[in-house]
Amino acid sequence: MNSLEHLVYMANQIARNFATMNDVDASAAVADHIASFWDPRMKQMIFDYLDDDGQELSPVAHSAIVQLQSKGAPPPQTRATEFNAVDEGGRSDAG
Amino acid sequence: MGYEPQKDFGTPASRSEKMVTLTIDGEQVTVPEGSSVMRAAAEMNTHIPKLCATDNMKSFGSCRMCLVEIEGARGTPASCTTPAAEGMVVRTQTPKIEKLRRGVMELYISDHPLDCLTCSANNDCELQDEAAAVGLRDVRYGYEGENHLELETDSSNPYFDFDPSKCIVCSRCVRACDEVQGTLALAIEGRGFESKVSAGTPMDDFMSSECVSCGACVQACPTATLQEKSVKEIGLPDKAVVTTCAYCGVGCTFRAEMRGEQLVRMVPWKDGKANRGHSCVKGRFAWGYANHQERILNPMVRESIDQPWREVSWEEALTHAASEIKRIQQKYGTRSVGGITSSRCTNEETFLVQKLIRAGFHNNNVDTCARVCHSPTGYGLKTTFGTSAGTQDFDSVEESDVILVCGANPTDAHPVFASRMKKRLREGAKLIVIDPRRIDLVRTPHVEADHHLPLQPGTNVAVLTSLAHVIVTEGLADEDFIRERCDWDEYQDWAAFVSDETHSPERLEAVTKVPAETLREAARLFATGGNGAIYYGLGVTEHSQGSSTVMAIANLAMVTGNIGRKGVGVNPLRGQNNVQGACDMGSFPHELPGYRHISDDETRKLFEDDWGVELDPEPGLRIPNMLDAATDGAFKAIYVQGEDILQSDPNTKHVAAGLEAMECVIVHDLFLNETANYAHIFLPGSTFLEKNGTFTNAERRIQLVRRVMEPMNGYEDWEVTQELARAMGLDWNYTHPSQIMDEIARLTPTFAGVSFDKIDELGSIQWPANDATPEGTPVMHEAGFVRGKGKFVVTDYVPTDEKTGPRFPLLLTTGRILSQYNVGAQTRRTENSRWHEEDILEMHPSDAENRGLKTGDWTKLASRSGETTLRLLVTDRVAPGVVYTTFHHPATQANVVTTDYSDWATNCPEYKVTAVQITPSNGPTDWQESYEDLAERSRRIAETVEAAE
Repeated sequence: MNSLEHLVYMANQIARNFATMNDVDASAAVADHIASFWDPRMKQMIFDYLDDDGQELSPVAHSAIVQLQSKGAPPPQTRATEFNAVDEGGRSDAG
Repeated sequence: MGYEPQKDFGTPASRSEKMVTLTIDGEQVTVPEGSSVMRAAAEMNTHIPKLCATDNMKSFGSCRMCLVEIEGARGTPASCTTPAAEGMVVRTQTPKIEKLRRGVMELYISDHPLDCLTCSANNDCELQDEAAAVGLRDVRYGYEGENHLELETDSSNPYFDFDPSKCIVCSRCVRACDEVQGTLALAIEGRGFESKVSAGTPMDDFMSSECVSCGACVQACPTATLQEKSVKEIGLPDKAVVTTCAYCGVGCTFRAEMRGEQLVRMVPWKDGKANRGHSCVKGRFAWGYANHQERILNPMVRESIDQPWREVSWEEALTHAASEIKRIQQKYGTRSVGGITSSRCTNEETFLVQKLIRAGFHNNNVDTCARVCHSPTGYGLKTTFGTSAGTQDFDSVEESDVILVCGANPTDAHPVFASRMKKRLREGAKLIVIDPRRIDLVRTPHVEADHHLPLQPGTNVAVLTSLAHVIVTEGLADEDFIRERCDWDEYQDWAAFVSDETHSPERLEAVTKVPAETLREAARLFATGGNGAIYYGLGVTEHSQGSSTVMAIANLAMVTGNIGRKGVGVNPLRGQNNVQGACDMGSFPHELPGYRHISDDETRKLFEDDWGVELDPEPGLRIPNMLDAATDGAFKAIYVQGEDILQSDPNTKHVAAGLEAMECVIVHDLFLNETANYAHIFLPGSTFLEKNGTFTNAERRIQLVRRVMEPMNGYEDWEVTQELARAMGLDWNYTHPSQIMDEIARLTPTFAGVSFDKIDELGSIQWPANDATPEGTPVMHEAGFVRGKGKFVVTDYVPTDEKTGPRFPLLLTTGRILSQYNVGAQTRRTENSRWHEEDILEMHPSDAENRGLKTGDWTKLASRSGETTLRLLVTDRVAPGVVYTTFHHPATQANVVTTDYSDWATNCPEYKVTAVQITPSNGPTDWQESYEDLAERSRRIAETVEAAE
């Protein structure tokens, strides 16, 4: 896999793991995940791919990238992407 | 401090809260009920002579030295086996007792060599001390009779000798092997005068026996019978410094016993709360790498990786490194550089590396080796519980009734904790093992798993969901706990999901290969067996669904109410010594220290104000993303501290291509490791013996690392990073790591109450430690989950895309072996290699027979990523269709065959599932030969030009 193929694979893999949600929620969760954990260049590469044809993206991943590109990052969809309050003990990460 | 052996109270402390008061030699002493008379006397600093008693194992009552007189009691009872009682009046020294003790000692000495002045234990020998204490002046029996003085020394173990001529058959070594280590390798062979300590069968020596060289017997021996070779060679220590082991995530504390600046031996510290005075072969003995001849002590540079290294001054190396980073950023952009922090380095060093990258490189391209091990733990436990760490302390296992071990091999990877676990299992706790391989815990002396679920690699989520199916559908869920502590609506959604028939053990058996009835029985046991504790390792995380598996484990703990008290919990067994700490310190590219997201304006401002620099609000690159970006030409320079990504990360060829594409690779390490083959600048590192700082173990326990000798390279690692930061233009002026910890505490609420002074005062402290919990937090979520209600997460099983087929019909999974550690950079440079000279491939007899292979054959291991060769061991420890190997040796390069597949949430590589084929081989592959040639060329160092300081 080259880098772009890897990114497309990653987006689809994230979508598959939110598959028990309905498509709208899953799409928001994928967008949120990518917004939180991908660096700007990776995001730009997947946006460019979407603009190019985006055919290898699964429907949920495709919808997520469209949402992220057009509307920006959604509010946190899972606890993994919620901010920890500054004064909260026992905070956590998403690796 | 000067040298003083740790005080030995003779028998273990009692945990009773009820106290009793007795009188010993006219003085009153109050001790917990259940304490022995010997212990009570020791508490008031009255020493009762003893030989067979020591305070980390049960009293034995065999040596007859510790006799006392008790008012109203007949005879002269042994004080080690006599419990202290209310009102008891004890006399430890009377003419009658003196005579008895002297008589016993006379018998011991009549069969003991009188070579005290030349004995390696002279002045560190309990027999010698007690002979003096009882006033022995003469041996009436002479020394000419039958004795054991001609018995030969067994020197087969590389670290200690066994000299039976000095043995008094006190059984302390045998009992240490039984009670402390739990291996039961030693025994007393024969009866009466013929009694002698034996390792294994009469045909065995220590090396060929089951002995695992943990050192417990050596520590227990009261004479020079079992003695470290290093003491024989160097002499007795003259001082001791307590410090923390730099191997696995157990975080054992040791007394580094020194003679001048020379380390004589590492002796487990009895007050260490992680190890409670025990050790393994790595921490106890495998420290020889610290002064190995291959250590690099001078900085080196080269223009390109095909050139030999050139030794330079620190100033030249650091100035060159900084100018290269600046040049590359100017040419390719701010985000074209990054770095990797080390889980082998201290919290303070890790903190500084991420600070350098954020404040000096002005981006968030920082990652750590937790990426390739426990990053899914972070995602999974944050989502479900709200915290990224194990919930318990290690002591908790002593109150567990059912222990579930999933994807972990504690006896090899976390041996000191495994010994504590085995002790609890010998006391009657039940054991469930979920592992494709029959790890030692499944059946080992006096321990046998009640259920072993030998699942198909890659089906963890299916198995755990199936366990939950049984618990929910059979009405075994702890609804009271769930209603009080968890989100009930989310529970109901989850319960409906797992209850679906598609998740039943019977339906999933074809996928998981776990017999349905075995799985059902395991689920029932875990749900109904009392305190249930889950321990897991990289067999959980290093999968394409690693994060989902961690969440499934958390679900299982919540549905059975096994969270928030002693004896239960979810416990990730961390691989390296400071994985927990490296994660805590902000080593991930999306978050600042204390696990706060980089895009959080409020948190970022906190750091910006403190550091006086604006921070990039966008997440940076993870390690695999860095390598992808490098091959794209967008990522051009990396600073790697204490990490060997070429050997440890998956798909070696891809890692090599990424590194080769960079214009500046800076490696900061002890040795010219495999990554350094692609490096342009080498900065020598310092060992844990040469630095001050802290490590945080798998229990969230922060412990001091104390410098016991000068750094051989001149600098502790944090000083090197600071000098690099200064060369980059940052005004850093730390003079001691404690100042770095003060900064961490100032900026990180969970560390607010942590300081070097506080750790020194308490011995250790478990985070969170702040105003609410000033002495730390041994067990988390006691009153409620950190983030409110516990969250049940639906974990749908998504099979890996790494498929077997006609070309690659077998599944490879990987793991560690006891004597070696990770990429082996340390342990391969010690005598530990005597136990494991090369990586071996394990294969089931049926698969071997089909291929005409037998134990010892060279085999080619091929996958879609690459191929390597290694020798074969035919064993039924692995199931048909599954093969297993370790990854400790660069000559094997096991990661040549692993793939780019990774966890969906964190990109933790899927090391544990690779489709492979095994065929006969004549020797190394072309890749191995060309790599060996590259490594040899790359390690050339030009004629030394004196490195000016």
